[in-house]
Amino acid sequence: MLLGFVICAIFADSIAPHDPLEMDLMSPFQKPGSPGHLLGTDNFGRDILSRLIYGSRISLTVGLVVVSIAAVLGSTLGLLSGYYGGAVDILVMRLVEVFAAFPFLILAVAVMAVLGPSIYNVMLVLGLVNWPIYARLVRSQVLTLRETPFVEAAKATGCSNGRIMFLHILPNCTSSLTVTAAMSIAGAILATAALGFLGLGVQPPTPEWGMMLNEGKDFLRRAPHMITYPGVAIMLIVLSLNFIGDGLRDALDPHLRS
Amino acid sequence: MLTYLVRRVLIAIPVLLGITFITFALLHLTPGDPVRIMLATEQVTPEVAERLTEFYSLDKPWYVQYGRYLGNLLRGDLGVSITSRADIAASIANRLPNTILLAVSSMILALLIALPVGIISATHRNSIADYVSLTASMIGVSMPSFWLGLLLLLQFGLAWKILPIWGVGRLSNGLWDFISHLILPSVTMGTGLAALLARLTRASVLEVLTQDYIRTARAKGLKERIVLYRHALRNAIIPVITAAGLQLGYLLGGAVIVESIFSWPGLGRLTIQAIQKRDLPVIQISTLVFAIAFVLVTLLVDVLYTFIDPRIRYD
Repeated sequence: MLLGFVICAIFADSIAPHDPLEMDLMSPFQKPGSPGHLLGTDNFGRDILSRLIYGSRISLTVGLVVVSIAAVLGSTLGLLSGYYGGAVDILVMRLVEVFAAFPFLILAVAVMAVLGPSIYNVMLVLGLVNWPIYARLVRSQVLTLRETPFVEAAKATGCSNGRIMFLHILPNCTSSLTVTAAMSIAGAILATAALGFLGLGVQPPTPEWGMMLNEGKDFLRRAPHMITYPGVAIMLIVLSLNFIGDGLRDALDPHLRS
Repeated sequence: MLTYLVRRVLIAIPVLLGITFITFALLHLTPGDPVRIMLATEQVTPEVAERLTEFYSLDKPWYVQYGRYLGNLLRGDLGVSITSRADIAASIANRLPNTILLAVSSMILALLIALPVGIISATHRNSIADYVSLTASMIGVSMPSFWLGLLLLLQFGLAWKILPIWGVGRLSNGLWDFISHLILPSVTMGTGLAALLARLTRASVLEVLTQDYIRTARAKGLKERIVLYRHALRNAIIPVITAAGLQLGYLLGGAVIVESIFSWPGLGRLTIQAIQKRDLPVIQISTLVFAIAFVLVTLLVDVLYTFIDPRIRYD
């Protein structure tokens, strides 16, 4: 299923039956199944199916970028904090606590409100809000790995601290990082849609699923299909990512193997 | 115990300070002169602009500004809204109870669904009931609350017209008025949580059932029901309660969405309205209140935890 979304995202130009931005003011609110518009049209007569297909491109890109920002920032800080301990550790962990003290969406909403809505700000803000999970995760693993014989061996052979951290310790954290990343792409896509729904995310006329819901909610009675399909798309992509995350965890986490 | 409590509270203080600093910095992330931006939509006399500059000490260096901000907070002076001129402290006090009401009722609803479903799922592992509940909970976790909210609103509010879709009910109009207004927002907010907690309950019960003392209890010849209810559940429930407590904080965050769908007069809607009007002081303070509420809930859960689970000794 996820593969389907990825294909849609990559080949949106050739799959989509219409231009997602093309307006046809003569035929707004076409019901699903009407000729030429499988899922109907919205208030501007734009083809909903095409908008959904292009929307998968936005959601997947934003999800990936957000998780990359958060994972790189979080794991670096987690590595430093776990490896050096002491003052660095205290500083980073206090920072983690402060960021984690905000309900995630509230902080994102507030920052977006101040910075102004745009797709780049969405990526930046969600990335910056999401890093503490990775920092905590990597730090806890570093704390145990630091004491292992192979790290001692690396130290004894004169490896620099940077080399030990990034070439010896970090690769041992990848399995749990992968699981968390898979799960948090789902979270990032939901959050992007939530911001879009609140009108604080990607701006019109870009076809983003959350924003399509936001536009559809003004026409609930007249065109319920305007909110049905974007919601289904969000749910399916999140569902497939969650299944993948679950599967990865079962496969990679030795504790659960029994 | 007491030392643990004191320490736990002391740890919360730097976190609270950090929160105030971030909300303070929010105002300064805005490109340009905050006062000018705040007042962009209004005709402003120089005196008003001066009073605002004075209140936020915008002509002073940032550490003086931050000190003033903290001082004002501690004295309970949260400033006034720049669009409605209303006292922010008063509007927060008006709306916070509504948000808490919504969060608590969603939590109760979620637990009422999650606990039985999770327990049945675990005790009848790999049965049809287990598969159905696992699938349903996976869908529940993946469903965006704003979409669920719109669908419920459309079906129960607009199509069948059996439930109100707008605002908060008053007890003075009878119990039904009060409850009926709560139903749709609570279901919207509680579904994802119920799904999450059901999965957790299932995992937790399954884990406890493999413990030695359960085997002992069974070996004694106790009835399976007694083993389950008296021995297993007591322990299995602890992680679920903790998670539920922590999720209460996230529910507060979800309030932004649910409250704006159902026009629920709570803190989340206040925030969104402030954002639409670019009312920076209100955005700043409501973000702060959300974060403080979150920290307090987490603190409370930690403390309660020591009472629920006597095995935990903090020293």
